[in-house]
Amino acid sequence: MSTMRLTDRAKAVDRRPMTFLESLYLWSILKGMATTLKHLFRKKVTIEYPEEKRPFSPVFRGLHVLNRDAEGRENCTACGLCAVACPAEAITMEAAERLPSEENLYREEKYAAKYEINMLRCIFCGLCEEACPKDAIYLSQTFAPANYGRKGFIYKKEELLIPHPINQREAYEKALGDRKPAVKA
Amino acid sequence: MMLLALDIWFILEKVALIATIIGLSFFIAMYTTYAERKVAAWLQDRRGPNRAGPFGLFQPLADGGKLFFKEEIIPLTSNRFLFILGPALAMITALLTSSVIPWGASYVDGSINIPLQVADVDMGVLIVFGIVSVGVYGIMIGGWSSNNKFSLLAAIRGASQMVSYELPMGLALIAVLLMTGSLKMSVIVSHQIEHGWHILYQPLGFIIFFVCALAECNRTPFDLPEAENELNFGYHQEYSSMKLGFYLFAEYINMFISSAVMATLYFGGYDIPFVNESAWGLSPLMFSLMSFAVLMAKVLFFLFVFIWIRWTIPRFRYDQLMNLGWKKLIPLSLVNMLLTAALTLWLNK
Repeated sequence: MSTMRLTDRAKAVDRRPMTFLESLYLWSILKGMATTLKHLFRKKVTIEYPEEKRPFSPVFRGLHVLNRDAEGRENCTACGLCAVACPAEAITMEAAERLPSEENLYREEKYAAKYEINMLRCIFCGLCEEACPKDAIYLSQTFAPANYGRKGFIYKKEELLIPHPINQREAYEKALGDRKPAVKA
Repeated sequence: MMLLALDIWFILEKVALIATIIGLSFFIAMYTTYAERKVAAWLQDRRGPNRAGPFGLFQPLADGGKLFFKEEIIPLTSNRFLFILGPALAMITALLTSSVIPWGASYVDGSINIPLQVADVDMGVLIVFGIVSVGVYGIMIGGWSSNNKFSLLAAIRGASQMVSYELPMGLALIAVLLMTGSLKMSVIVSHQIEHGWHILYQPLGFIIFFVCALAECNRTPFDLPEAENELNFGYHQEYSSMKLGFYLFAEYINMFISSAVMATLYFGGYDIPFVNESAWGLSPLMFSLMSFAVLMAKVLFFLFVFIWIRWTIPRFRYDQLMNLGWKKLIPLSLVNMLLTAALTLWLNK
C-alpha cells in the first residue's frame, strides 16, 4: 500500500483513554491559558478605521475620473469604445460637436455632452480604461461613498471630470494621486 | 439592661457600610463588563471598546443606558408575578452575600472600633453558602415562569449544575474549617494572618473551590444555563430591558463576591504577605484603607482570572460537566477533607 504524503507535518492522533489526571483537564486548561496570555502582549492587529486607513494596492481600481490634458481641455471624444468594452453596461454617453468658441474646453472636434456611469452596475474591472484610445478615462484610488438612493450612484460628467489643472491646481493634483500626468498623445 | 436599646450610631454606621458595599458592588460589576470586553479583545489581538470616552471608559454607562431605554416585554403566557420575582431574586441573593465578608481591618481609634464588615456572625461561611443556594431560585423561577421550553431547559440545567457543584465546594470548605476551627469569616482571616495563607496548606482544596465557584457563577466553561448556540439565550431568553440587565448584572456581582470569598478563605483576606503591616505604625484610617485596598487587589486579580478563563476554553458538554462534578471533584474533595482531618488530628495530638 502506498502512502501518499503531501507534507511531513501529519501527526497521529492519540486515542488512548484519558488518565484520571488528564480527565480533570487542569493541565490542558493551564496550557491553553498560557497561550492566550501570550496574546495579551502581542501587537494589536486592529486598524482604527476613520483615523487610520489601510493603503490601497497600487493596482487598486476605484471610482472613474474623466481626464483633461495639460491645458485643461477634456480628452474624451465620445467614441463610445469604453461603453462597448464595459461588461456591465454601466456607461452611457451622448456626443456633440465642438463649436469654434469651445476650443479651450475640448481637445478634439467631438466631445461627450453627456457622460454617465452607473456605479451600482459598474464592476470596477478597468476595461474602459484599457479600451480608451485617448487616455480620457481612468480608475482612481477612491471608492463610491454611501448614498440614500440609487439615483445618487449614477455619476454625471460633473462628478467624474478631473479638476482643471491650471485653474484648480491643488484639487487637480489631489485627484491625480500618484498617477503620472497624462502624456500628450 | 435594655435589650432593645438600639444605638443610632451603630445603625448609621451599618447603613453607611451597606450603602458603600452595594455601591461598590455595582461599580465593580459595571467595570467588570468593561474589563470583560477589553480583556477578550486583547486576548484576541484586538483593541476592544475605545469610542465612548477616554479608552472607552463610558462604555458600561452606554450599555446600561441602552438597557433602560429598551422596551419592557412580559410575555402573555408567562406568570407575571414569578416573572418579575426571578431577576429580583437573582439580584438580591447576589448582593446579600457581601454582608459577611470582612472588607478590611477594623478601624480602631481609642474606644472607637468599627469593623469593615456588615455582620460578623458566627456562621459566616454558612450564610454565604445558604444564600448562594437560594441564588438557584432566581434562575429557576425566571426560566420556568417564562413559559418557554428553551428557558425551562436552561433553568433545569442551571439548577442541577449548581446543586451538583455545591457539594464539592462545601467539602473543600470543610477542610478549611478543620484548620481554623471556626465558621466566622473574621476568625478565618485572622487565623491566616497568624499561620500563613490557606492556599499554602490547601492547594487542592482551593482548585476545587475555584472550579466550583466558576460553576456557581455560571461562567465559562460551565455556562450551560445560557448556552447561546443550543438554547438561544438560556434562562433569560424572554427577558428584556432592565430585567435582563438585572440577570446579567447579578452574574457580574456574583463574580465579584465569589472573588472576595476566595480571597478571604484562601488568600488571607486583607493581609499583606511576608510583612507585618500592623507594626508599621500607620494611622488607623490609613491602615483600614490599605487593608481594604489589598483585598481589592486580590479580588481584581481573581476577576481577571475569571475573564481570562472565559476567553480561553470552550464550554463543557453536559455529560462532561456532570462527570467532572460527581466523579472527579467530589472524590477529590473527600480525599482532601479526610487527609486534612487526619493531619489536623495527628499534628494536634
